Amino acid sequence: MSATPALEINALEKVYASGLKALDGVSFSVEQGEFFALLGPNGAGKSTLINSLAGLVKPTSGRAKVCGHDVQQDWRQARRALGVVPQELVFDPFFTVREVLALQAGYFGLKASRPWQDEVLEELGLSDKADTRMRGLSGGMKRRVLIAQALMHKPPVVVLDEPTAGVDVELRQLLWRFAKRLHADGHTIVLTTHYLEEAESLCDRVAILDKGQLQTLQSTEDLLASHPWREIEVQLGAVPAELSASLHSDTVALSDGWYRWRLHKEHDSVADLLEQLRNSGAQLLDIRTREPNLEDVFLQLVGGGNE
Amino acid sequence: MNKTVTTMRFNSGGFWVLLNKEVRRFMRVATQTVVTPMVTTLLYLLVFVQVLEGRYSPAVDFSYAEFLVPGLIMMAVIQNAFANSSSSLLQAKMNGSITFMLIAPLSAFEILLAFVSASVLRGALVGLGVWAVASLLTDWNLLNPAWALVFLLLTGAALGLLGLIAAVIAEKFDHMSAFQNFVILPLTFLSGVFWSVKSLPEVWQPISALNPLLYMIDGFRYGMIGVSDFDPARSAGFAALFVALLFGLTWWMLHRGWRLRG
Repeated sequence: MSATPALEINALEKVYASGLKALDGVSFSVEQGEFFALLGPNGAGKSTLINSLAGLVKPTSGRAKVCGHDVQQDWRQARRALGVVPQELVFDPFFTVREVLALQAGYFGLKASRPWQDEVLEELGLSDKADTRMRGLSGGMKRRVLIAQALMHKPPVVVLDEPTAGVDVELRQLLWRFAKRLHADGHTIVLTTHYLEEAESLCDRVAILDKGQLQTLQSTEDLLASHPWREIEVQLGAVPAELSASLHSDTVALSDGWYRWRLHKEHDSVADLLEQLRNSGAQLLDIRTREPNLEDVFLQLVGGGNE
Repeated sequence: MNKTVTTMRFNSGGFWVLLNKEVRRFMRVATQTVVTPMVTTLLYLLVFVQVLEGRYSPAVDFSYAEFLVPGLIMMAVIQNAFANSSSSLLQAKMNGSITFMLIAPLSAFEILLAFVSASVLRGALVGLGVWAVASLLTDWNLLNPAWALVFLLLTGAALGLLGLIAAVIAEKFDHMSAFQNFVILPLTFLSGVFWSVKSLPEVWQPISALNPLLYMIDGFRYGMIGVSDFDPARSAGFAALFVALLFGLTWWMLHRGWRLRG
């Protein structure tokens, strides 16, 4: 792993003219080669943070560096090191897909590389659309072009700002595969997403922003382990009338005779719960458990959880 | 890291690509951006010459049509140079594609230079087209080509810069239309396109003297037919000063990212 972090964000603050404090002293680093998730509810400051890195927003104070280059003082090099896939479906309707890719490479002072264009177009399933004007593409195709554009200058750090928002399952799978391939090729990937299972299955570390502040930054594994709950679901045959009164207070009745309990990993025992059920005269037909996922952790941290 | 980008002081590759894009943008719709303005200007020529020929000519030794042609060429340059930069930047703002330019390693100076160069090119192209068409109807004059070129370039640059300023300020096409109709159009019509400002009532003359486009058109007319109301060197000085002021203001707006970057 290289000594220079892919991203260094230090006490970054952004107060908009309206008075809205979108970033409130955010600090963290992303190492080169990481697959990093940036999560947070709407208005948490994720896009402001990304836009600060890309030069679309001027931070009020603090510093940010991309591969060691300050985004304000050393902005040309910082932008050269960063590829941003914007959240909105923005496009120039005048040009074809291939022209758009050539223009984007050109803005970075690079000659359009036909083999690289072809490779990216192929990977993203865009080969047969290369000579189609942007206005003639579907929303999903435009999303793919946005990703291709961000890669034309071969940036070491790629930021995907909610790339799978509003796309169908097939495209989401394709984008996941492509992101994994980029990561395997050595790119640092920063992903913001509303699909938490996406971050859980792809990312090494997760940062959660809320109200412009960093709530937590941990490895995905540690973050999940820090959530002390697990869910037990039991399907019961004969159900005694007094079941809900005699059992754990947070019993949730589901359909088809299934009941759910949330147990603390350290303080509650599955054996005790099953014993209680048996003692109450309930007939146990089936049992299943669910370990916490990132959504549980996320809700807990941003105030939507039960804790 | 690409060495040329790492050490560059001027992103010449990026500048040329942006300029090329801006030129291709208006050439893609050349009927709308080049041919239509030529036809419109030709209609002006036919109507005004038909009505005024023989009755009014501010320039001794030249017919009214010969006096009018330089004004019409400059009117085409003014309108098209403004339309090019203003519509391109505002469309990019409205459809969001400006993002691609703003996240690239392009400085305010490089962006400004590319947009203004494209405006000058479109203005010059339409102006030359008007001249070519007008030459079919009137005598062909180009007595001081160097002066004509100087004023053509200064006018294209000034209006390209004004177009950028308007596009940065505008938040919707309605704002741009207002700027075009309430600022650019009156300045154009009150700048000696159709007549000499010296023939205006006295009360209008000091007001017209504040109009920078007046000196540009007057200087260009000197370049073509050798007749002007003002000393062309002084007019060129005023025009250059005006361009320099607009350049400074536009650069400052783009450099600060005013209304473009958050």
